[in-house]
Amino acid sequence: MSHNAAAVGGPILTRTFKVCLGVFAMCILVLAWRFVVGLGPTTGMNDGFPWGIWIAFDVVVGTALACGGFSIAILCYAFNKGKYHALIRPAVLTSALGYTLAGASVIVDLGRYWNVWKIPLLWNWNRNSVLLEVAICIMAYVVVLWIELSPAFIEVWKEQEKYPLLCRAARRVHRWLNRYLIAILALGILLPTMHQSSLGSLMLIMTTKLHKLWHTPLLPVLFLSSAILMGYAAVIFESALADEVFDRPRETKILARLSGIMVAVLFFFLAVRLVDLALRGRLGLVATLDFYSGMFLLEMALFLAPALLLLSRKRRNNPGIELISAILMMLAGSLYRFDTFLVGFRPGPGWSYFPTIPEMTVTIGFVAFEVMLYLFIVKQFPILHTGVSPHRLEAAPKPSG
Amino acid sequence: MSPTRRSVLKGFAAAATLAATGAPNAFAAPRPRKTPPADAVGLLYDATRCIGCQACVVKCKEANGLPPDTGTPRGAMYDAPDDLNAKTKNIIKLYKGEDGRTSFMKAQCMHCVDPACASVCMISALYKGPRGIVVYDPGKCVGCRYCQTACPFNVPKYEWETAFPKIVKCELCRHLLDKGGIPACVAACPREAVIFGGLETLRADAKGRISREPMRYFPKVYGDTDGGGTQVLYLSAAGIPFGKLGLPDLGDEPVPELSESLTHAVYQGFIAPVALYSILGFAVYRSWRRQGLGKGGEE
Repeated sequence: MSHNAAAVGGPILTRTFKVCLGVFAMCILVLAWRFVVGLGPTTGMNDGFPWGIWIAFDVVVGTALACGGFSIAILCYAFNKGKYHALIRPAVLTSALGYTLAGASVIVDLGRYWNVWKIPLLWNWNRNSVLLEVAICIMAYVVVLWIELSPAFIEVWKEQEKYPLLCRAARRVHRWLNRYLIAILALGILLPTMHQSSLGSLMLIMTTKLHKLWHTPLLPVLFLSSAILMGYAAVIFESALADEVFDRPRETKILARLSGIMVAVLFFFLAVRLVDLALRGRLGLVATLDFYSGMFLLEMALFLAPALLLLSRKRRNNPGIELISAILMMLAGSLYRFDTFLVGFRPGPGWSYFPTIPEMTVTIGFVAFEVMLYLFIVKQFPILHTGVSPHRLEAAPKPSG
Repeated sequence: MSPTRRSVLKGFAAAATLAATGAPNAFAAPRPRKTPPADAVGLLYDATRCIGCQACVVKCKEANGLPPDTGTPRGAMYDAPDDLNAKTKNIIKLYKGEDGRTSFMKAQCMHCVDPACASVCMISALYKGPRGIVVYDPGKCVGCRYCQTACPFNVPKYEWETAFPKIVKCELCRHLLDKGGIPACVAACPREAVIFGGLETLRADAKGRISREPMRYFPKVYGDTDGGGTQVLYLSAAGIPFGKLGLPDLGDEPVPELSESLTHAVYQGFIAPVALYSILGFAVYRSWRRQGLGKGGEE
């Protein structure tokens, strides 16, 4: 329970932090260049491939990896599994960071970003547009996530007697939160359900351009289930990483139960994918053994491997196998989404796309910024649970470098 | 300071009402098949008449104030776009078959009856304007380029080389039509390979040409029903199917059909999201109480 969360403490400017800062500085330089000369000279995008990695990776893959807050919230609040409570705050933090930076990537990617304020205006809405649904939902969800996370900040600020203004504001917000947090938590489950499935629906209209192995009316179902998978996997990966870096006890027992649920979702995804192809007579495409069927088979293998690894309860309790499965799941979901948005997208003969170095610098820079923010917030605010042995935190935490 | 039952229920009632009235009756109603407006205009391009002189390409640039595209390997002496691009709204291409047969092909916006670009555009920067012309409004466009990925004809183009880009596509010289003129490409054509007119007249004309000279034409008018119909129609020479001219095989179903009907089904009257939200709200409230949260002012 949140009572047991505590700030990790320790120095902020570690080596990891400084490296991230350097990478982020380069990203800022590239961004300045992009806003002066436009997208043509800075990116590999073109009229055939007008969406590059800033959309396919930063938004489509990135927000799914940031779905931990959503996955854990479903369990904790919708299915009343209070035992997962310890995972909520770190998961929501990653979600908030991931979604905020996905939003930033969109602004960088938009050609006419100065018109972006017109999107939320109701009278402008084209209600046929799937992208509108995605945009509104993601904008709203970013706000919801920071509100969901805000108790962690408020707990600290409430006690800051030195700054009476901050202290008073925090107390007032706290009262407001107590009244409305339930409604916001429910929104925090509804919004991702809506926009993660809609991310898949974005590709429905590309009936001729998206390869037949990926184009299906079930795209929204596949995108929603892959988001849940990737969210869970990211929580496991991140908690393993945090426990290692900050030298904390592992949470294998809690996570083992989660893994059991994931096996079910993994098999569901595989079944939907294969049965759908079979029913619509497209399984033959898998046997062509060209580049596309190769990518498809790689995806299937990446989904199947963790499903099999986590099938036995004994293996689920092994932290190593759990971590490997989580990594495989993240890769599987990411590849599926990347394939749907870029690899399987074929606008016509003569068009090709490969991200440029500046494009990749921006993506990596944003990830670095996310890591910096994560480290800062985790050290300053009660996010990570104290586990079974709270006294371990009193020992000086290892610097993360 | 645990939330009281009443305050929680009140909050949900308010949220549900807001969602139901504000956001929208909107995503409502099963999708009716769209028809072109009564005064719809369009083009008929007869590939058997085109001699590839490119006069239409030149005049299009002139009429629309588009710069020459000299970005070719051989440099500044050649205005030689190899496809539609931000400087080229209209282009003549050449198909050459293995048997040596050739056919010209004119590419520009198809002015679909049910356009994918307009369907996907978040705030209708691309929309079906007067006389069925698909119009672009840069004042609204955010430059997301979904129109580019969605258009099965790869028509909307983007100004990649500038910090303040626009989407560029043929708008059927609507600025000339407003002054009682005709599209520049039509005015420029020395062979009447492309003609302008009312959509129904053009359809009848195209079908008439095929029935009068069945040996001369491929037996189909492209755009009559393809992808829900387009306001630009094509005739191809006998033995040269439209696929060879780069026109995709879309079937008769409008391109936005699948995506819009699925979206509408899910969001019809916003009932499903509101219902889901209410269920979630109740579930969260229940867990909240069972887990003893909210006691002691905590989270």
